Amino acid sequence: MTLAVVIFLLVVGSIIFHFASPWWFTDIATDWGSIDFTINVTFWVTGFVFVACNVFLAYCIWKFRKKPGHKAVYEPENTKLEAWLSVFTTVGVIAMLAPGLFVWATFVTPPDNALEYEVLGQQWQWQFRYPGADGILGTADTGFVSESNPFGVNPEDPNGMDDVVVNDPDMHLAVNQPVKALLRSNDVLHNYTVPQFRVKMDLVPGLVSYLWFDPTKEGTYDIMCEELCGIGHFVMRGSVTVESQAAFDSWLASQPTFAETQNAAGPDIAAGQAQYAACAACHGANGEGNQALNAPKIAGQQPWYIERQLNHFKQGARGGDGDTNGAQMTAFASMLTTDEAVRNISAYIATFPDNPAPTTISGDIANGYDIYDRNCAACHLDNGAGVWYTDAPKLAGMSDWYFVTQISNFRAGIRGLHADDDYGEQMVQMATAMGDLDEIEDVAAYINTLR
Amino acid sequence: MAYVPLADQDQEMEMHHPHSWVEKYVWSQDHKVIAIQYGGLAVLTGIVGLVLSLLFRLQLGFPESVDFVDPNFYYQAVTMHGMIMVVYFLTALFLGGFGNYMVPLMLGARDMVFPFLNMMSVWTFLISVIILMASFFVGGGPTGAGWTLYPPQTTMAGTPGHDAGIILMLVSLAVFVVAFTMGGLNYVVTILQYRCRGMTLMRMPLTIWGIFVATVLGLFAFPALLVACIMMMFDTLLGTSFFMPAVIESGSPLDYEGGSPILFQHLFWFFGHPEVYIVALPAFGLVSDVLSVHARKNIFGYRMMVWAIIAIGGLSFIVWAHHMYVSGMNPYFGFFFATTTLIIAVPTALKVYNWLLTLWEGDIRLNAPMYFAIGFIFTFIHGGLTGLFLGNVVIDLPLSDTYFVVAHFHLVMGVSPILVLFAAIYHWYPKLSGRMYNETMAKAHFWITFLGAYAIYLPMHYLGFLGVPRRYYALGSTDFIPASAQELNSSITIAALIVGTAQILFFINIIGSLKWGKKADPNPWGAASLEWQTPDTPPKHGNWGDELPTVYRWAYDYSVPGAPEDFIPQNTPERVTPAASDEHIDTDKDSTLADV
Repeated sequence: MTLAVVIFLLVVGSIIFHFASPWWFTDIATDWGSIDFTINVTFWVTGFVFVACNVFLAYCIWKFRKKPGHKAVYEPENTKLEAWLSVFTTVGVIAMLAPGLFVWATFVTPPDNALEYEVLGQQWQWQFRYPGADGILGTADTGFVSESNPFGVNPEDPNGMDDVVVNDPDMHLAVNQPVKALLRSNDVLHNYTVPQFRVKMDLVPGLVSYLWFDPTKEGTYDIMCEELCGIGHFVMRGSVTVESQAAFDSWLASQPTFAETQNAAGPDIAAGQAQYAACAACHGANGEGNQALNAPKIAGQQPWYIERQLNHFKQGARGGDGDTNGAQMTAFASMLTTDEAVRNISAYIATFPDNPAPTTISGDIANGYDIYDRNCAACHLDNGAGVWYTDAPKLAGMSDWYFVTQISNFRAGIRGLHADDDYGEQMVQMATAMGDLDEIEDVAAYINTLR
Repeated sequence: MAYVPLADQDQEMEMHHPHSWVEKYVWSQDHKVIAIQYGGLAVLTGIVGLVLSLLFRLQLGFPESVDFVDPNFYYQAVTMHGMIMVVYFLTALFLGGFGNYMVPLMLGARDMVFPFLNMMSVWTFLISVIILMASFFVGGGPTGAGWTLYPPQTTMAGTPGHDAGIILMLVSLAVFVVAFTMGGLNYVVTILQYRCRGMTLMRMPLTIWGIFVATVLGLFAFPALLVACIMMMFDTLLGTSFFMPAVIESGSPLDYEGGSPILFQHLFWFFGHPEVYIVALPAFGLVSDVLSVHARKNIFGYRMMVWAIIAIGGLSFIVWAHHMYVSGMNPYFGFFFATTTLIIAVPTALKVYNWLLTLWEGDIRLNAPMYFAIGFIFTFIHGGLTGLFLGNVVIDLPLSDTYFVVAHFHLVMGVSPILVLFAAIYHWYPKLSGRMYNETMAKAHFWITFLGAYAIYLPMHYLGFLGVPRRYYALGSTDFIPASAQELNSSITIAALIVGTAQILFFINIIGSLKWGKKADPNPWGAASLEWQTPDTPPKHGNWGDELPTVYRWAYDYSVPGAPEDFIPQNTPERVTPAASDEHIDTDKDSTLADV
């Protein structure tokens, strides 16, 4: 009896939950309304069957519960009823499948006017490439991948020279212009998902997959990776901005072409040296750092990382509220007015002799190893050298006290959450592997053994 | 050639009666002892899987609440939970546990055809579990590649447990396949060759049909997993490139070229999809028998139920790529696999209708096993219907890899089969132990488990509609996930903790009742199938005393008009003079499967 009532209430409760739920599909931003239509058809067909079957179940439990003098009816088969139920079910299935297959036929055949762009996934970041004026993407291969050619664009392919490369997880699209995304991966499986676009597809190393859509609503949307791709899967994020054709064109024009990235003049180390004078006061003549002035060692750090952080200070992506030492850097970084100046000074710093910073932190090295090996080594490498590929700076031999400050800042949300700090949130999330200050120091103590 | 029961071919089957405690309970060749060893080990492994799930649920509901649940551990826990539950818990418990216990008893046989092989199977299973558990203790820990073990990431530096952990996982799976094959061949041969006189195929209880077809599926599906494991081991240890294209690890190219990650997915799901039915079909069978007994009514549409089981089993081999709609395989495959997948809904729906119609005009006894069986119908309807979303290729685009998928497969192949397991354990407990379980405690266990499980999984579908991705250690900051989603996650975690803890009731009940339970009647439910007609309760080694039973009717003669009782055991002969009670269906009549 109770069971019958409970089953009935569960049906009613499920319906109420459905209508009261604030959790539902995001507002669609492409013209894949046909997918939403198929979902709605399926929802109502299955919803009807759910209610009908379970109400019948509750009714049977109530009506045919054990009663004195009652006896079950012996009815082994009822061919007619079974046939009707088969027909009824088949019709329901066809009602759901038929629209689904029609929509799928549209999905597998991108329209001729769809413009192509490329999505490249790697652990754990997104990058994008647009065909240049020729409208053709140059061929690419993982064999060509290097720090200066992260897309692996074939340098011999003339079609690739004018390709616009966006080495940044934020991409743009023009509204109402159908696009076909060509998907590639440099390492493992990833999945290019924008919930508001409704469509998704895996990126598979060794082949090019695709999907297409027509963005219909301007706005900025999250790109999520939805195929497990290793420990950083949950922080592999990007964004896509859908905007007017004019805004898109001007954004695209501001991005470098592949040829520009390959033929850029080398940094002017002498110019960098001249600018470094302002830095030397705190960071030391050879970038050895000075703890008393809260200046970390910078000698030996990866140049791309120095460059990126200087830009962050300039843009205000670092050194904001709560980061008093960082705020000091904002003023100095702002003295580097051009991108060239930032590149030059980073190149100059790279010429410093790399002697390990003095150790100032002690802790439980075994625990530090455990945490580092499990969570940090995937990006910063086993030897703590860091690598451009995973956007990971060098840790081994760098200032240990600075490591502790920065991890504490990530933990406190002082660093890494600014919208322009593309990979900062990865560290905010990964730093949770260190539960408290003791654990941060344990990891610092372990990193000290890597010098 | 007409079927001659093996029991008739050999006058007396050779029995290896045990001579010592060790032979009786450790190196036992008795299918009932082996069943309990298999089941017990599966349950112990399942407890590890359950605890892992509670740990990562704590992280999802209350981020950073457990110190050692860091991103690395989260992925390891998710992976090991999945693999343990699907393979080492559900498969082993349904086939190794219930398969072993039920097959000889329900067929009127003294034991399995190959008792020694049967013993080897359970000990090989133990080895596979030990290897699996060893991965928790090696450097780098167990693999965190997701239970699907998709290459290339499985063996690459960015994945937890990419060195020793994954190798142990692959070896353990390979050993498991060996154990399964030894057991599986045994079940199949026993079902085909060892039925007692009169037990034609179309008189077998649906439990046996479920176990039989599931085992056949396993014998075809597990080899795909085995070769996938071996090929992946070759890639890792010998440097072959079956599944490995040219890839970059931490900025440097690895020495692989030309392999296909999607090939692995095909092999994995060629195993993985039938695996769903390897778990589901025995559950379908067991629940049919529980429903029929406690409703005091024959199972409705027995022949259609049998054909549905066979149809589902056959179709399950041509739907695997519906797990791969967004894998980057040729998208044109989507048309074929969406169609086959939705076709499978028809026989599955017919089974649900027939369970409902079994209750119709029944005389329903609401005992604890019946509670669980009815709970199963509810969760299975829900889980089955959400499968129609994911199977319809175009709806899979927004929902794939979201919490909708997690909610769907947990309801349909987690909660539903587990409710059947509880129904079956309570239902057959009196025969297995000779004691009754505690009814009040069993019902409390039901309410918490059933309502709690629904509280976990109903809301989870809605996270999926919203687009929240699965396998995320933390949601981080996004524009489309509102803060309320985190609150929902917290409530799901609370429900999970309650349900997880409530399982203690089950263990107290079944262990405590061994000692304090009321002595059970040999056939307390008034069941017609053969296992309730044994001369001893619990059945002794050899099951049937001096003489094997003879079967005269199907297993579902309940409430036959004119019969003195509301059930007629399968081994009750037809009377010499026809009487009203004999005017019942003979499912064997006019059946193509008769006399095979």
